[in-house]
Amino acid sequence: MLLIPCPWCGPRAESEFACGGEAGIVRPGAPDAVSDAEWADYLFMRTNHRGLHREQWWHAHGCRRWFIVRRDTVTCRIDGVEKMGSAGAAP
Amino acid sequence: MQGAPAMQRYSIFSLLRNALSHHERWQAAWRSPEPRPAYDVVIVGGGGHGLATAYYLAREHGITNVAVLEQGWLGGGNTGRNTTIVRSNYLWDEAAHLYELSLKLWEGLSQDINYNVMFSQRGVLNLGHSLQDMRDIHRRVNANRLQGIDAEVLNAAQVKAMVPILNTSPGARYPVLGASLQRRGGVARHDAVAWGFARAADARGVDIIQNCAVTGIRRENGRVVGVETSRGYIGAGKVGVVAAGNSSVLAAMAGLRLPLESHPLQALVSEPMKPVIHTVIMSNAVHGYISQSDKGDLVIGAGIDQYAGYGQRGSFHVIEGTLAAIVELFPSLSRVRMNRQWGGIVDICPDACPILGKTPVRGLYFNCGWGTGGFKATPGSGFVFAHTIARDEPHPQNAAFSLERFTSGYLIDEHGAAGVAH
Ligand SMILES: Cc1cc2nc3c(=O)[nH]c(=O)nc-3n(C[C@H](O)[C@H](O)[C@H](O)COP(=O)(O)OP(=O)(O)OC[C@H]3O[C@@H](n4cnc5c(N)ncnc54)[C@H](O)[C@@H]3O)c2cc1C
Ligand SMILES: [Zn+2]
Repeated sequence: MLLIPCPWCGPRAESEFACGGEAGIVRPGAPDAVSDAEWADYLFMRTNHRGLHREQWWHAHGCRRWFIVRRDTVTCRIDGVEKMGSAGAAP
Repeated sequence: MQGAPAMQRYSIFSLLRNALSHHERWQAAWRSPEPRPAYDVVIVGGGGHGLATAYYLAREHGITNVAVLEQGWLGGGNTGRNTTIVRSNYLWDEAAHLYELSLKLWEGLSQDINYNVMFSQRGVLNLGHSLQDMRDIHRRVNANRLQGIDAEVLNAAQVKAMVPILNTSPGARYPVLGASLQRRGGVARHDAVAWGFARAADARGVDIIQNCAVTGIRRENGRVVGVETSRGYIGAGKVGVVAAGNSSVLAAMAGLRLPLESHPLQALVSEPMKPVIHTVIMSNAVHGYISQSDKGDLVIGAGIDQYAGYGQRGSFHVIEGTLAAIVELFPSLSRVRMNRQWGGIVDICPDACPILGKTPVRGLYFNCGWGTGGFKATPGSGFVFAHTIARDEPHPQNAAFSLERFTSGYLIDEHGAAGVAH
C-alpha cells in the first residue's frame, strides 16, 4: 500500500484515496475545430511510461481534494506532490 | 533452415524409453540459437501470445524465417502469472466470437502441438449476488446462445449442488441468487502453454531467443526495417509486438501512442489440499476468483491496483480485500494458509477489449490490451495475429479490434463481462 502525502492532510494510507490517472491532459479547444484523431488522443491515448509519472489523486475519504503526485511507476517511490493549480501543477 | 534436429514426439512410448535411461536423454524442448542478422518476421515478446503467433505463422502461412525475442525467460510475463481461467462467454458478438475461436483451438491444442497443456473443461461459474447481477447474467447467457456458445443460468440450489462448500444461505453477506455456467470453460497449465508453443514453433524452424530485450524499433520512410536489441541490431521485414504490460513502452519506440494503462494484478495460491472445488467460481461483484489446481492448491485471483505500475507487484490491501470476500463465500476455507503471492503487469484498455492489428507504421503490428483476461485467448490471438502479419490485413475475427476504433468510436464495451474478471 502506498503512503501518500496529501498536501493538506499529510501522509495517509492509499486506501483513503482514489487515483485519477495521468495528470496534465488538456481538453482540446473549440469542439467543431477538433479532428477525430485529436479527440481520440485526448479521450483515450495515455503516456503510460516506465519511470517518473505525474498523476492525479483524490483524497476521497479525507479532505476530498484533488492534487498531483509525482511517482515512479516501476519502484512506486513518491517524489513529491503538487496542489492543483500551483505553479508546478499547470495545466 | 539451420538443421533443426527432428522433434522427438512425446508419447507413452517415449516416456517409457526415457525411463530406461533415467530421463537423462530427453532432447531439449527447443534450440537456443544465436540471433541471425535478419528475419522475415520478428515477434517481440515470448509470452504465450507471441509464441502462438510464431507457431501459426509457420503452420498456417508457411513463414518460418521468424524469431521470437524475449527480454527474460519464456512465459515469465503474464503467461506464467495468471490464474488460467479459460472461457468464451463474453457479451458482444465481436468479442464472443474471438474468444470462442480460441476456445475451439484449446479443445484440440494438446494433440495439435504434441504437448499436454492440461486443458481441463471443468466449467466456469459467474455468480450473481443481486437482482441486477441476475438480469445481466440472463442477458449475457441469451446473447451467448444466439452466438452459438454454450451457456446456462443456474439458480442458487443448482449452484449449491455443484459447489457444496459455497455459502448460499439467505443470511450470507454476499447472497448467491444464481450463476451463469459455461461447461466448456475451465483451466489450463500456463507454463505448458508457453513451452508447448515454443517447442512446436521451434520444430518448424522458428528461432526462440531469450534474454534479448528490444530497445528500439528502426524505421525508414514510414516502414519498419528492424529492431535494436540488447544483443545487437536485428533486421526484420515485419515486426509483431506482443508485449502485454510493456506495450506502451514498445509503442513509444515507434513514435506511437496507445490507449493503454499498465496496472499491477495479483494472484495467490494456497498450500495443497484435498479436492474441494472441482470447477471455476468467479464473482465480479466481490473481485474474487477461485479454482483448485490439479496439485491441490487453491488458485485465487484479485482485482487490479488502482494506479499505473510496472513493478510486477501490488498492494497488500488488494489481496486482503479479495481474501475477505473469498472467506465470506467459502467460510470453511478461513484457516487455509496461503503459500505464494505475486503480481503481473496488465495492459488495461478503455473498452476492456484487445487491440490486434496494423499500426500507422507499415510492417509494424501490435497485439495488446488483453488486460486481465488474455490467457484464455492465447491460441486464438496467435492464430488471427499470424494471419494479420502474413497477409498484412486482419482476419475477419479481429478486424473490429483495430487501433482505429478509438478514433471511429466503434468501441466494444466488455466491462460488463470482462471488467474485473479474468
Ligand atoms: C495475476 C493475473 C491473473 C490473470 N488471470 C487470468 C485468467 O484467469 N484468465 C485469463 O484469460 N487471463 C488472465 N490474466 C491475463 C493474462 O495473463 C494475459 O492477458 C496474457 O497472459 C497475456 O499474454 P501475453 O503472451 O500477451 O503476455 P506476456 O506473457 O506478459 O508476454 C509478454 C512478454 O513480452 C516480454 N517483453 C516485454 N517487453 C519486451 C522488450 N522490450 N523486449 C523483449 N521482450 C519484451 C515480456 O518479458 C513478456 O514475457 C491474468 C493476469 C495476471 C497478471
Ligand atoms: Zn487530504
